[in-house]
Amino acid sequence: MRARLGRLTPALGLVPFLLYLLVFLLVPTLVVLVGSFQEGGRFSLTNIRALSDPSILHALQESVVLSGSTALLGGVLGALLAWLVVGLSPTNVVRRFVVSLCGAFAQTGGVSLAFAWIATIGLSGVVTQWFDDHLHVQLMGSGWLYALPGLILVYCYFQIPLMVIVFLPALEGLRPQWREAAVNLGASKWQYFTQVVVPLLRPAFLGSVLLLFANAFAAYATAAALVSQGSPILPLKIREGLTSEIVLGRQHLAYAIALEMVVVVAIIMVLYALLLRRSARWMR
Amino acid sequence: MKLRSVTVVAVAALSLGAVSACGTAPPSSNNGGGTKAATATSAKDLGGMSALVSAAKKEGQLNVIALPPTWANYGNIIKAFQKKYGIKVNSAQPDAASQDEINAAKQLKGRDTAPDVFDLGQSVALANTSLYAPYKVQEWDSIPSQFKDANGTWVNDYGGYMSIGYDSAKVPAISHLSDLLKPAYKGKVALNGDPTQAGAAFSGVVMASLANGGSADDIAPGVTFFSKLKKAGNFVPVDPTPATIESGQTPVVIDWDYTNAAETAQLPSWKVVVPSEAVVAGYYFQAINKDAPHPAAARLWEEFLYSDQGQNLWLAGGARPVRADAMAKAGTIDKSKYDALPKVTGQPVVPTNAQTEKAAKYLSDNWSKAVS
Repeated sequence: MRARLGRLTPALGLVPFLLYLLVFLLVPTLVVLVGSFQEGGRFSLTNIRALSDPSILHALQESVVLSGSTALLGGVLGALLAWLVVGLSPTNVVRRFVVSLCGAFAQTGGVSLAFAWIATIGLSGVVTQWFDDHLHVQLMGSGWLYALPGLILVYCYFQIPLMVIVFLPALEGLRPQWREAAVNLGASKWQYFTQVVVPLLRPAFLGSVLLLFANAFAAYATAAALVSQGSPILPLKIREGLTSEIVLGRQHLAYAIALEMVVVVAIIMVLYALLLRRSARWMR
Repeated sequence: MKLRSVTVVAVAALSLGAVSACGTAPPSSNNGGGTKAATATSAKDLGGMSALVSAAKKEGQLNVIALPPTWANYGNIIKAFQKKYGIKVNSAQPDAASQDEINAAKQLKGRDTAPDVFDLGQSVALANTSLYAPYKVQEWDSIPSQFKDANGTWVNDYGGYMSIGYDSAKVPAISHLSDLLKPAYKGKVALNGDPTQAGAAFSGVVMASLANGGSADDIAPGVTFFSKLKKAGNFVPVDPTPATIESGQTPVVIDWDYTNAAETAQLPSWKVVVPSEAVVAGYYFQAINKDAPHPAAARLWEEFLYSDQGQNLWLAGGARPVRADAMAKAGTIDKSKYDALPKVTGQPVVPTNAQTEKAAKYLSDNWSKAVS
């Protein structure tokens, strides 16, 4: 009895974490799930059906395009940057500078980031004005910064540094001995890259890209500050449902949209798990 | 349903535990006259103003919500109230929307952090009248009857006209809405919010509709106007804030005249015009939460807001207080401020709730297409 208790005590350390999961993950998910299937205090499919409304389908599409493209762009460019950085010694000043800069940029977002872009290349931004005055070039056209292309550009500002941070440890894990072994066996640089590096890094790369996707998919404040008209993406549609002063009584539609977002992320995680299982088969 | 309400309360309780240490005390236990004050429909019910004041002082606190300090002078109004009565005002979520006020009242019901009073936009106010406690302030009779519910369930508090604010140092003078389509305003015109969400933006589209042959019943010409504005490259889809205005990102802003007027204090070249071809008025709604944790303080707050002092404070923020006409006649209004309000000519249009609902439906279907 005492031995069993003794074995349980380390598990006690988990209790705060489990409580945290319960309150901030499980409970909200249940609230969303139950709320999605209700209207006026009763079970109803109205809000789930409303998800096929053209404007919400369009927002879903824009959200997926935005998150997908910034995850890929951020993933590829961030991996390249990480590759360049990892070639330097860990004590190198440039490397430390880039890594700490990435740490700061990856956490920059929200109103301040959006405003920085607006003030720089917005319709009356400093750079826009300069190009107009000196080169007579209309950088902004009719305002693409405030639509999907602008969101992609601004999101890359935090996606690329985030990729560097999460991908760097994987690159550091590549041991020099593996390269030496490959070279000894007569592999060319290209063969080493495609047959050793790529398979080794694929799970980490895909995992990081998935993280970037989820990061962009759920990002709200930056988009809210940049695009105040038309609610083009799902998180902004949720705000519209919750706080509109004009179209009332759409709180449960907001729950349904939140549920849709949970489902999208779940699908992508399942796909990722399947991919990982395939790519990791040779490791067993 | 049960699950949902339990979990919502649990989440709300957790998030509020940090805010108020005494969050679990039932509201009626911290003051003797609580139950009496909660049903009082006038100061007389409590034995007159001095009894109301002492009951409110005993409660010691007042919870307000969604009152931005720069909006209609609320910062100074709260300060003046605290100074006059020594009652602490807890101002929650100053930038929240009207619907957030109602959500907070429902989620925090029965807790002493729930809002005591509301200041709401029209559609939210009229959709939730079952949550209010009727109350008639001492100045009740001088409030025009079209601006109040006959039982005192809600009373309009202050209002204004839809206006165009512009930085006269950056753009040419504006007198009509059609001016905004000119090339001089390229990339410069902003609307305060999305009209499917924010009352001010909604009224902005109604104004554009009136200026282009539409009416409160037909908002389509307004949407077409903004679509043209967008095609001309003149429309900036950024939410205007004091920061964007002062830094010159939004040199032209369509908004209520009082919020635009407040900007002039920071930026002297900021001018405000109410276009004569499209006069749209809107009033906000004041109401007391029927489950107010500080029922006497809530009633005293209303008395203060509708007193000459409270009304003049709103006026100082550029808003038109609801008792303005009566006060002008009685000579109690702050005349210099009253005369400084933007000039308005023509019959103002106030969309009814039915018209708002119809227009909201049209906007839901067409707005995002028009501006993207």
